Amino acid sequence: MSDVVEKTLTALPSLLLSVDSQPGSAKLSTSSKLGSLIRNITELTSKHEEEKLIQRELSSIKDQVSSPNTTMRQMKELMVRAIYCEMLGYDSSFTYIHAIKLAQQGSVLEKRVGYLAVSLFLNEHHELLLLLVNTVLKDLQSTNLIEVCMALTVVSQIFPKDMIPAILPLVEEKLNHPKEIIRRKAVLALYKFHLIAPNQVQHIHNKFRKALCDKDPGVMGASLHIYLHLIQENPEGYKDLTTSFVTILKQVVGGKLPMDFNYHSVPAPWIQIQLLQILSLLGKNDPGTSEIMHEILEESLRRAEMNHNITYAILYECVKCIYTIHPKSDLLEKAAKCIGNFVLSSKINLKYLGLKALTYVVQQDPKLALQHQMTIIECLEHPDLIIKRETLEILFRITNAQNVTVIVEKMLTFLSTSEDDHTTIDLVGKVAELAKKYAPDNEWFIQTMNAVFSLGGETMQPDITNSFLKLLSEGFDSVEEDRKLKVFAVNSYVSLLEGEPEKLPQRFLQVISWVLGEFSHLQQDVGAETVVCLLDKLLHMKNSTSETKTWVLMAMTKVCEGAACAPLVQSVCETYSSSLDTVLRQRAQELQHLSRDPALRARVLPPVCTREPLEVDSSLSFLDEFVSEALAAGAAPYKPSHQRQEELAQTKAVSYEPYQLTLPISTTAHTHTPSLLSISSSLSEGSADLSHKGGSSSLKLEGVKRVWGRGGYEAAQVETPSPPQEGGDPSISHTPPLTSEDTESKQQEQQLASSMFLGLDHSSVTLMGKGDSTPSWLKRKERGQTPLNDAQTFTDPQELTDPSPLHVVSPQFPQSPVIANGTSDTEAALALACLDTNRSSTNQLEDRGLSLYLPAELSGLICSEISVLCSSESLELSACHVHKLRSLEMIVFISNSSDNAVQQIQVQLHSEQLEVSCASESQMEEVKGHSVVVRQYSLRVRKPSVHVELIGTLFHPETPQNVQFTYRLPLSSFIRPLTLSTEEYGTMWLSFSNDTKQNLTLVHSENEGPLRATLNVLTEDLHLHVVEIIGMEAIVACRLLQDQPCLMHCRVHGDALAVWLRSPVPELPDCLIYHCQRALQGH
Amino acid sequence: MIRAILIFNNHGKPRLSKFYEHYTEDTEQQIIRETFHLVSKRDENVCNFLEGGMLIGGSDYKLIYRHYATLYFVFCVDSSESELGILDLIQVFVETLDKCFENVCELDLIFHVDKVHNILAEMVMGGMVLETNMNEIIMQVDAQNKMEKSEAGIAGAPARAVSAVKNMNLPEMPRNINIGDISIKVPNLPSFK
Repeated sequence: MSDVVEKTLTALPSLLLSVDSQPGSAKLSTSSKLGSLIRNITELTSKHEEEKLIQRELSSIKDQVSSPNTTMRQMKELMVRAIYCEMLGYDSSFTYIHAIKLAQQGSVLEKRVGYLAVSLFLNEHHELLLLLVNTVLKDLQSTNLIEVCMALTVVSQIFPKDMIPAILPLVEEKLNHPKEIIRRKAVLALYKFHLIAPNQVQHIHNKFRKALCDKDPGVMGASLHIYLHLIQENPEGYKDLTTSFVTILKQVVGGKLPMDFNYHSVPAPWIQIQLLQILSLLGKNDPGTSEIMHEILEESLRRAEMNHNITYAILYECVKCIYTIHPKSDLLEKAAKCIGNFVLSSKINLKYLGLKALTYVVQQDPKLALQHQMTIIECLEHPDLIIKRETLEILFRITNAQNVTVIVEKMLTFLSTSEDDHTTIDLVGKVAELAKKYAPDNEWFIQTMNAVFSLGGETMQPDITNSFLKLLSEGFDSVEEDRKLKVFAVNSYVSLLEGEPEKLPQRFLQVISWVLGEFSHLQQDVGAETVVCLLDKLLHMKNSTSETKTWVLMAMTKVCEGAACAPLVQSVCETYSSSLDTVLRQRAQELQHLSRDPALRARVLPPVCTREPLEVDSSLSFLDEFVSEALAAGAAPYKPSHQRQEELAQTKAVSYEPYQLTLPISTTAHTHTPSLLSISSSLSEGSADLSHKGGSSSLKLEGVKRVWGRGGYEAAQVETPSPPQEGGDPSISHTPPLTSEDTESKQQEQQLASSMFLGLDHSSVTLMGKGDSTPSWLKRKERGQTPLNDAQTFTDPQELTDPSPLHVVSPQFPQSPVIANGTSDTEAALALACLDTNRSSTNQLEDRGLSLYLPAELSGLICSEISVLCSSESLELSACHVHKLRSLEMIVFISNSSDNAVQQIQVQLHSEQLEVSCASESQMEEVKGHSVVVRQYSLRVRKPSVHVELIGTLFHPETPQNVQFTYRLPLSSFIRPLTLSTEEYGTMWLSFSNDTKQNLTLVHSENEGPLRATLNVLTEDLHLHVVEIIGMEAIVACRLLQDQPCLMHCRVHGDALAVWLRSPVPELPDCLIYHCQRALQGH
Repeated sequence: MIRAILIFNNHGKPRLSKFYEHYTEDTEQQIIRETFHLVSKRDENVCNFLEGGMLIGGSDYKLIYRHYATLYFVFCVDSSESELGILDLIQVFVETLDKCFENVCELDLIFHVDKVHNILAEMVMGGMVLETNMNEIIMQVDAQNKMEKSEAGIAGAPARAVSAVKNMNLPEMPRNINIGDISIKVPNLPSFK
């Protein structure tokens, strides 16, 4: 029977096609059309002809796609041609809609081309994409595996954010599909959703765990993508999975996977690489977790025998991991050996990776660079520019005051040959940074900066010039040094202008004119008229831009003095006061007036050194009056651009849910309640931003804090052959005998090496840290700093006779506000209300003993667990944060466990998202032996985000490096209740425009209704204030420190709590929703 | 994550371009041109990595390329990808093309641009590496091609017949894994809700 059907089916097409116009040739002709197109293109000689040909082609495609007689099959061929044209860069937007149609209506094969065309033509924000949603929905439900696969592929490629909720359940369902390929694609599709809209997939994190233990290793491998990303965002949240990842890696390395996964007989190398990346994220700064993975890392190193490219990939990842996690000396030693193999390899790719590994490592282990110094020198002369650049990167990181001249010279030589803009910009910035930090003297500094300006040209980052000019104008502590520097700069510029100023870039000319304008009076030998003459020369140069001319005119205004320059100035004024450029005209006028009136000039342009720093009113408060008048006159209030865009987006928002049946009007009592079904675009936009911020570059190892203590570091060093020492000693033991010529060049190289690696093995090296360790000659004047409080120093509790009464932070907090030590009673009440939930953390806090040092006025308030930030030698830094009603205080404990006092300790904190103000006046601290110093910082949110992070640096005079640490705290720490009445709530609600809607799961409790119970959980964890509960609805308010309100409207809807948040701050609702979800998950 | 995959010939003519991030049409063309410019002037005996095209994300991004006869295969990736891993991925991709087209050459890529894209979609999905096993990729592509043949046979046939064929599920695509043995069991996981 089936045979018969089959035969009929095969016979059918020929019959049916004959009905079509020219059946058999249809396919041939279309495909040969593409063929002839390509043939024609290859025969063409000019871009212009190509353009003409493609335009012709496109117009013929246009005619055909719009003709109603075109079959889907022909459409498919047309699409391929359109794809080809689009790839060549020609717009074929008229085919987009047909691509969607093809995906909708075609048979499987045509559908595939349709989907392909859609994913190549459109982007996530394209309007037409909405038309695809239905097709994707249909295909996801198809019984045909291939259709499901296609739909998942297109979903992971492009899918409109707002439409995710529509297909999410279907994709989720696919996680349980019997076919592993479908499960795999579903996992990746969900990952894509997580990337663009993390809030919407919050609830399926558990399913990711399930995917991780899927019986098919492929699905497990796909889920690693997600975990890599999640752990990058929040390593703390996934520590419990460490053993699982280690077990998986163990099985993979042990060859437990099916042979299928082998690549060149290496078991699942890509999975291994990802696992190693995950482990390094988990083990970073965490001795406990690192401990778990030591064994498997060692095994990985051992198993990866050097035989194929891919094993090197694993080894490299392994080495990176070992250097990132908490150190273990014998592992480090093996890893260092491994890096050596890479660096010394004859394969150029491996050498490159070796150098890259070295750049990661040199900051922590400068000795390793010493070991390979000869290779590094060789690489400097390597024909491959990429290798050279990477070598310079290593040198940049080992630069110190002793070798700076040699290294900068090398960099400048490279720069003079480099043609690539990107490299130039990057390297110029580095040279400028080194020059500023380590310059041995004025002369060298000015000369180096001259080279930077002339090589950097116009592409240079503007902040280099700015910081250079700032440095010159602010000057240094010593007046004499200061004058010398400026005079030297003036001399050098005068001679440059006397030479060939035409060759200098515009930026440099601007710098020169500014410096001459400001400081030429310091140099007595050069008269004002000489300077004016030189400047005038610049005005006559053909290639001077009008911006440069403006700088020149301003410089002239400052310099012109005395009768000698008058005629020249007069002619300049005449030329430019009729210029078409208004700015130039303005400057010329100024020049004219000021040159005639020296008294006025002295008032308008006083010498830079006597100038007071300008105070800039960045809030533009002087405009307040004007604004209020305009408002009173009926002008619309100002809305920031993002708000305007959001409003626009809201008017365009589409509801993707089918319309519901019209119900009798009597049942729709709650007309004003927020609609559950439309997810506002502002939510997804905001959340996508968040995820991008977090995800972009966390694997970078630069600036990683030095993770191992002295012990491990030295142990590694003892067993390595002692590296050649500095000081012009060329007798390096392992150099093979050479011919005389070779020896000479070798010796040169070695001399270079000894000067370049100078100072690396001194304990006093100042390695490039994040903070600036400015050498003494560049000590800047300190500008106005307003001290607030004294830091509190305590003696060790052991020395106190009776330590017990000091337990100030105890759950038994007295009710009386008097004992709350100056904190207001509301604050105490807040503390009391939340004491129950925080009891556990309070207990832990007591265990540490550090809590004794909490400043008295903070006792009794909610306090986080004290966590160790970092340690260096005998110093240990710990921190916690304390919730005050008006602020969040961060307390840093610096404890010294040695017998000796440590002086001049400096802790600096900074953060992009927070404003940090320190409560103590002195920057430096002294910590006596066995005692603890407490520093208090108050934090304010500058830019809300789900978690905020502080980056800190500990400057410690006795160790060469600064220790870096990070401190993360959730945004919920900054949330405080906001007490207001229902009426106030109503007016505020209407005035806020940033909102987010989301459904939360309800908490069920025996004693109370679900709404009550859920609200209780939320108010306890997040410190919200419940304004009123009306039936199944509730309104809640809170504020973000200082005074940024956020209002919340909740309504019970079936099994979920529909929450609608509004705030004047765009990011706040999204962040708060996240924390609400977390709080409810915990229950 | 992989940001873009580009294939062009020795003269800089694009043969395939796939961007996993949105760029405007002009930027895409400029990226292709700039990448070609960067890659083409490199000798054969230098490393296969390049850093920092200005257009495609600056210093956080790397170009990893391989040159085969007349074609350059360039992957543009961010810093989280392993350089050598991607280099071998390109090798897998080319070997797969070679198997699918039997001695692949530049013309195959031109005339079957859709097929090449489909093969690529089985390897890399939305910028993430999906499959690295050549046999598995070929199996998936073959399964789709079988569909193509069966479809070609019934083009225009009565709708009933079409739906009958469509609803016949594809033959199982067994993956020779012995599920009993692999035991990727993850211990100590918290219970799933």
